[in-house]
Amino acid sequence: MTGLFYFTMLIALLAALQVVRGLNAVHALLHLIVTLLALSLLFFLLGAPFAAALQVIVYAGAIMVLMVFVIMMLNQGDAAVEQERAWLDVASWRVPGLLCGLLLLELGYLLLAPADGGRVRAVDAAAVGRTLFGPYLLLVELASMLLLAALVGAWHLVRPLKNRREGTSDD
Amino acid sequence: MAEFMAIAIRAVAVLLLLVVSAALLTWAERRLLGLWQDRYGPNRVGPFGLLQVVADMLKLLGKQEFVPPFADKPVFILAPAIAMATMLMAFVVIPFAPGFPLADLNIGLLFFLAMSSLAVYAVLLGGYASNNKYALLGALRSAAQALSYEVFMGLSLLGVVMQAGSFSLGQIVEAQRDLWFCIPQFLGMVLFFIAGIAESHRLPFDLPEAEHELTAGFHTEYSGMKFGMFFVGEYLGVILISALMTTLFFGGWLGPVLPPWLWFLLKTTLFVLLFVLLRASLPRPRYDQLMAFGWKCLLPLALLNLTVTGLVLL
Repeated sequence: MTGLFYFTMLIALLAALQVVRGLNAVHALLHLIVTLLALSLLFFLLGAPFAAALQVIVYAGAIMVLMVFVIMMLNQGDAAVEQERAWLDVASWRVPGLLCGLLLLELGYLLLAPADGGRVRAVDAAAVGRTLFGPYLLLVELASMLLLAALVGAWHLVRPLKNRREGTSDD
Repeated sequence: MAEFMAIAIRAVAVLLLLVVSAALLTWAERRLLGLWQDRYGPNRVGPFGLLQVVADMLKLLGKQEFVPPFADKPVFILAPAIAMATMLMAFVVIPFAPGFPLADLNIGLLFFLAMSSLAVYAVLLGGYASNNKYALLGALRSAAQALSYEVFMGLSLLGVVMQAGSFSLGQIVEAQRDLWFCIPQFLGMVLFFIAGIAESHRLPFDLPEAEHELTAGFHTEYSGMKFGMFFVGEYLGVILISALMTTLFFGGWLGPVLPPWLWFLLKTTLFVLLFVLLRASLPRPRYDQLMAFGWKCLLPLALLNLTVTGLVLL
């Protein structure tokens, strides 16, 4: 099991690196999807099957589809790849590299520091539901209101432009 | 190790069985369409034309494996593999008989939803990588259609989950010992079936590949075995949705006298035939009609079903 975990972690890391390094936007997105799937497997191995399933359904299966959808419509060809190549020179790696190094140090410190009982505990769907509709009920409701606001906003933007068109001369 | 081998043998057996039955389904569909449209269908190769499947496969394998020079090559090759792999993966959680799903996950139903949402990539990437206008339009339609119909596919299944109290398909079947869910969840069943047709891109919801306006939609540039994989993927989708209809709403392997696996097979076959009958009898709607039907009619119904089920259970 531990071997599987580290192997999956390696896949996630390599794919994530490819996302950043990739020149072609669609290929980079594909690597991002691989990263998300690997993360989902990590959740599963850590005893959270419900979170793993949601990770695939929501992130890999819905949000990323929309991103691929939009980038596909833009239809960036070889010109965009050339531009990316020009932008991704060595100098642009310095600051992100530094930040990643700091994160790595932090991670190393956490791993070496005495652990406070890192036991794996399975979390099933019912447990997630009880938490969401128990202590976090208010936050869930607030999030749903936020989504409703977004929905109303989207509807406002795409509503039929009857009134607006009357003002301009229609050819 | 022996345990692992047993699981591996099971998995390979199910895999082979599925691919063979998907291939046979191409023949069965053409014969049945012939029957319903008052003509013969393929009846020359072998007894009842059964070897037509072999002939078709030889033809597909014999074709040149052509990748258009303007295509995005790795993605072009990846797309049909995704189409077949996601569909085959989803069968892992289907209980064919008591204690015989390949993996009895306690999130079985969610696993199916996850696989069906990943299946969108096959069409989307196939259309993108082809670098062809028809393919791109087909892929765009398909993505929009799949995303919309996925929403209430999930919602229509929640009623079943609430009544059975579990995401595990084995436990959902067990919960139907007294009464099949097709009666209390009638609305959910109808909604799931419609969503299932849309998910597997079958007529009347095959607008991503509507040949009268998009030549062949997302697989315009595909030929040979790569096209064959899209094709088999589609038939696997039909079998998958039929198997899920059986499992979720019609008692799965439950039934008197006959052995459980035979019950499962019979019920699933019935739904596969229903898919073919729908293709033979229904016209294709316009694309905007399809989307409006989904969002304005089916989504509210799915929410209503969910609310009523919740009220009854409380």
